[in-house]
Amino acid sequence: MTALTTFLEHYNYFITIFLMVSGLYIVIARGNMIKKLVGLSLFQTSVYLLYVAPGKIIGGTAPIFDRAYTVYSNPLPHVLILTAIVVGVATLALGLALVVRINEAYGTIEEDEIFSADGEI
Amino acid sequence: MMAFEHHLPILQVLVPMFAAVLSAFCMRGTTAWAVALVASWAALLIAVLLAIKVFASPEPISYVMGGWTVPIGIEYRVDRLNAFVLLLVTIIGAVIMPYARKSVAKEIDSHQQAWFYTMYLLCLTGLLGITVTGDAFNVFVFMEISSLSTYVLIALGRNRRALLASYQYLIVGTIGATFYVIGVGLLYLVTGSLNLADIASRLGGASAEFQRPIIAALAFLTVGICLKLALFPLHVWLPNAYAHAPSVATVFLAGTATKVAVYLLIRIFYSVYGAAMPFTSLPVSEILLVMSVAAMVLASLSAVFESDTKRMLAYSSVAQISYMTLGIALANESGLTGGIVHMMNHGVMKAALFLALGAVFFRVGSVRLDDLAGIGRKMPLTMAVFVVAGLGLIGVPGTAGFISKWYLAVGAIEKGYWPLAFVIVASSLIAVVYIGRVIEVAYFREPSANVASTRDPPLSMLVPMLLLGAATLYLGVYTEWSAGLAQDAARMLLGGLK
Repeated sequence: MTALTTFLEHYNYFITIFLMVSGLYIVIARGNMIKKLVGLSLFQTSVYLLYVAPGKIIGGTAPIFDRAYTVYSNPLPHVLILTAIVVGVATLALGLALVVRINEAYGTIEEDEIFSADGEI
Repeated sequence: MMAFEHHLPILQVLVPMFAAVLSAFCMRGTTAWAVALVASWAALLIAVLLAIKVFASPEPISYVMGGWTVPIGIEYRVDRLNAFVLLLVTIIGAVIMPYARKSVAKEIDSHQQAWFYTMYLLCLTGLLGITVTGDAFNVFVFMEISSLSTYVLIALGRNRRALLASYQYLIVGTIGATFYVIGVGLLYLVTGSLNLADIASRLGGASAEFQRPIIAALAFLTVGICLKLALFPLHVWLPNAYAHAPSVATVFLAGTATKVAVYLLIRIFYSVYGAAMPFTSLPVSEILLVMSVAAMVLASLSAVFESDTKRMLAYSSVAQISYMTLGIALANESGLTGGIVHMMNHGVMKAALFLALGAVFFRVGSVRLDDLAGIGRKMPLTMAVFVVAGLGLIGVPGTAGFISKWYLAVGAIEKGYWPLAFVIVASSLIAVVYIGRVIEVAYFREPSANVASTRDPPLSMLVPMLLLGAATLYLGVYTEWSAGLAQDAARMLLGGLK
């Protein structure tokens, strides 16, 4: 029973960790370079949830100053994650650009085929 | 003048950042190079001014963004440790720039040269930013600026394998940076602060129920940063990245990027966690020791069996980085001094070695060991620099490498780890083998046809090499600028241990 309440009280963390681990698993387990990047993106995105979810304060309103309210949500995590989203987009874009170049150079984006084309590097 | 001096910490980052924008608008490689040259030397000047200011006063310099007070606004904080690292990064950046023009012109297509300098300047921005900032999330942003530009620098290599090396580093580097953000996020949830110094003071008062996330945060931060600094089992990206990047990029990365990650690890362990927690109540020290020793032996052995000299030196970098982590793990004054001073010494020596290889590539078009036969007679000055810096890597007395290994060995013995001192010596002996292989091929074999007509590179490439070669010897004899400053920094960091 206590295990269930712990789970329900922290369910956002469990979702975060599930997404995190599945993203990391895809990066490790897949040989296709696009799929790896999708996994990487999932892994990065899960961190946004880790930051943003605790920023919500129950009963709090949007952080705009007004005399009618005293409890506000924490705006800082949102700002941080906006930055992290930009970083994530840049990483994904650069990764995809590299995959395009690799495809032009090798004619494939499967890691094992590339390694057999070049010999183990 | 006063106002200018006050803004030095932010100028350290802004100068290369705006230079990067400027260089992106340049059409010609030479114009971009001139911008990069000026920015690199300006950054060095700023770092020197900062260092003079910091080492003169007992208090660190604190600079607040936009006038927001400290825990709320972003703080740039320069103390003895990061003033030292700023010096290292800017010295390497400034010294290699005169060398870069000819080397880059040879290795990179003319329409991409301006982009090369843009990426170099962004990478410099990121590395200086990580070093100078006192804000945990700001570190992440600068880490990604430097990483993203590094991926591009590596991908500019001529061989198609450079693309693959860049892709592999992108995957690993992003995982590392994301681990770092997870760690910072957990610390933020516990302390409610992102300022490193503020986190440190709030962690001290954290109640027992928060110990678990604090330890988890330490684990994430350690693994994330160790991916970046290529600690032994996490080093797989490094040899390929260094081997296939353009020569100038390799020099810059080998001299600075991993050192900045080492700095960050020191900052987290000693300044944020206060040394007491990771080193007395958790087995962080033991884990780092085992990894470092494994790297010293195994990575050095990998270097021995490598036939591409650039890859050989890359493996040697993995081994040498573990000297720094060893110094961190020893957590006493001599050991930590050794670790910090090795950042400087190794940066200078490895940059000199890679510069020499870049010069060889400039003339011969290859750095495979078989192609270097007899090159010592054809490029005497280049190979002389290689030999001197190689001796430094081995740790011969009178060179910079000896100083750092001496401090590390003393630190190990003070801790009572006698066998560790022997491992340090053993690892140096392996270095004798791989540096010796190059010397044997370069000096004692008949020059082959493809090196018959080579000679030393032009003066603009020769002078930076000779400077760093001379620095290897200078830092091996006069240590007040390296070990002296490092010892100051180590004392400051260990203040938290007592």
